[in-house]
Amino acid sequence: MVRAQRQAAGNGLLEARRTDQGLELDLTGQWRTLAFTQIDAALAGLDLKGARRVEISTERLEALDLSGAWRLREFIKRTRAAGAEVSFRGTPPDQLRLVDETLKRECSPSVVASQAAWEEEAAIRSLEFVGRHAVVYGRDVARDLSFLGRVSVTALSALTSLKRLRPISIARHVYDTGVTAIPIVALIAFLISVIVAYMSAQQLRSFGAEIFVVDLVTIGVLRELAVLLTSIIVAGRSGSAFAAELGSMKLNEEVDALYATGVNPFEALVLPRVLGLVIALPLLTIIADLVGLTGGALLCRYLLDMPLTQYVNRVNEAISPTTFWVGLMKAPVFAILIAMAGCYRGMQVRDSSRELGRLTTVAVVQAIFLVIFADALFAVLFMELDV
Amino acid sequence: MIYPVVEVIGLVNRFGTQLVHDGLNMDVREDEVFGIVGGSGTGKSVLLRSILGLQRAQAGVIRIAGREITQMTVDQLHSVKAHYGVTFQQGALYSSLTVLQNVQLPMIEHVDMPPAARDELAMLKIRLAGLPADAAQKYPSQLSGGMIKRAALARALALDPKLLFLDEPTSGLDPISAAEFDELILYLQKQLRLTIVMITHDLDTIFRTCNRVGVIVDRHMEVDTLERIVDHPNPWIQAYFHGERARARAERHGA
Repeated sequence: MVRAQRQAAGNGLLEARRTDQGLELDLTGQWRTLAFTQIDAALAGLDLKGARRVEISTERLEALDLSGAWRLREFIKRTRAAGAEVSFRGTPPDQLRLVDETLKRECSPSVVASQAAWEEEAAIRSLEFVGRHAVVYGRDVARDLSFLGRVSVTALSALTSLKRLRPISIARHVYDTGVTAIPIVALIAFLISVIVAYMSAQQLRSFGAEIFVVDLVTIGVLRELAVLLTSIIVAGRSGSAFAAELGSMKLNEEVDALYATGVNPFEALVLPRVLGLVIALPLLTIIADLVGLTGGALLCRYLLDMPLTQYVNRVNEAISPTTFWVGLMKAPVFAILIAMAGCYRGMQVRDSSRELGRLTTVAVVQAIFLVIFADALFAVLFMELDV
Repeated sequence: MIYPVVEVIGLVNRFGTQLVHDGLNMDVREDEVFGIVGGSGTGKSVLLRSILGLQRAQAGVIRIAGREITQMTVDQLHSVKAHYGVTFQQGALYSSLTVLQNVQLPMIEHVDMPPAARDELAMLKIRLAGLPADAAQKYPSQLSGGMIKRAALARALALDPKLLFLDEPTSGLDPISAAEFDELILYLQKQLRLTIVMITHDLDTIFRTCNRVGVIVDRHMEVDTLERIVDHPNPWIQAYFHGERARARAERHGA
């Protein structure tokens, strides 16, 4: 009577037989999450055309987990929607009931629906976006200023006692940001003076004016290059370190713990970093000056065959009393900018590790921008002052 | 015969001169809730990290579902990891992902399934862990302590493992939430026929959920059923199960 006709077995997960009533499904093997793709393919590949009854047997099923049960439930739902009758030979598996129970527990709009609503309101949202950002930027400026204010107030009040200045903490930051940066700063200063000397020697040679290489290297390094490149390196090294350090302390609620203990985090965390860098950066600049001049001297000696005594004489003639100080006095200003950018962004970190990464990046980019911008202002200022 | 799902034989863990485990033995059987108990610094977390393959032991054999993990390469370990779920003490949810994305992450990593099915299945797990549906779109920083524990549980269940490791599942919860969480663990254990290994200090949790308990004392483990372990002569175990807090608990429960 029964016209049995085997359909293609689905990956050893089910066997289907056609009867004159409809379909008989024999589930076999392991219906586990890890085999979800195969389960999906096996059920989707079933030909339900003309089937009025689907009978499912789970006797030979070895394992059925929640994901498998959910997929089976979806299949049953779709089959019933197509007008066929679904039944189980024996009792339906427990896992189906569990899925039903869990999904019934609470009915709420699905995730997908809210997504569609979101897209519908796109026009209003874009307007809202502009407004929201304008307000956010306005608040940002206010917050920037208030951070600056708080650090200044803290600094002034901390100046009243040595204990509140936390000399040990400052020393640690001088070491971290200054002493450990000496090798890389020296190397960069040396290379940059070699580049300047080499490039200018090539050009000036055609005029027979090689002696001016010394002027270029000396003035360039002392006034601009040493302090600027040192600041950029320090912004990359220490600006990021400040932001990351304070940021992870924020995430760990360590900053809140400080507040709760009655310790002002600005005094304990921000001020030592700012002061440490204000001490370290000028010292690093002096080292960069020295190494830069040494590099220039070596290149003049070996590339231009200029005796060292002549080099030293020329250096003395080239610089005015202010040259060295003009470069050096920029260092503490740059130090404040770098340290403030790093600490400020670090203190802004909230909620997630992604914020930490984003704000660390922002801190470094801003520190470098501020340093270069301030350097441009200094250049104009010094020109007006004629020094 | 009841097959041991997790088997630890002669585990030795040493940090510098400090010997944490010296020949520790442990076996977890199918369908049971196994509690790991021990004082602070006795190496409960180290034991769990060793079993999870996060750290290599100096000596000893660890088997999960009969497969020895101590000698496995990183790639082989990867395939074992799809068979168990873990929750960490602080939840360890990925802070830059929503709860839904947190639950989906193991699925994306181990199974190739259509995004729509993945959404639905992740929602199923989130509800199974007793979270409201609107929690799915929240970030971990927006969740309460109890919800973080539940979200972590939902993530641990993402691949429908048969084996679950819970590290201090009820720590930091108020007694009512902790009791609810105990019931949730029991419900899931029964419904999904899970084998659960949990580290806990919570006497209420131990008495409510555990079938057998392993206590780490003197760098090895005393394993027995809950009924029998409370009468173990070891002074630490006596103090633990019959100390001030245990007595208060017994009175509370009118025992």
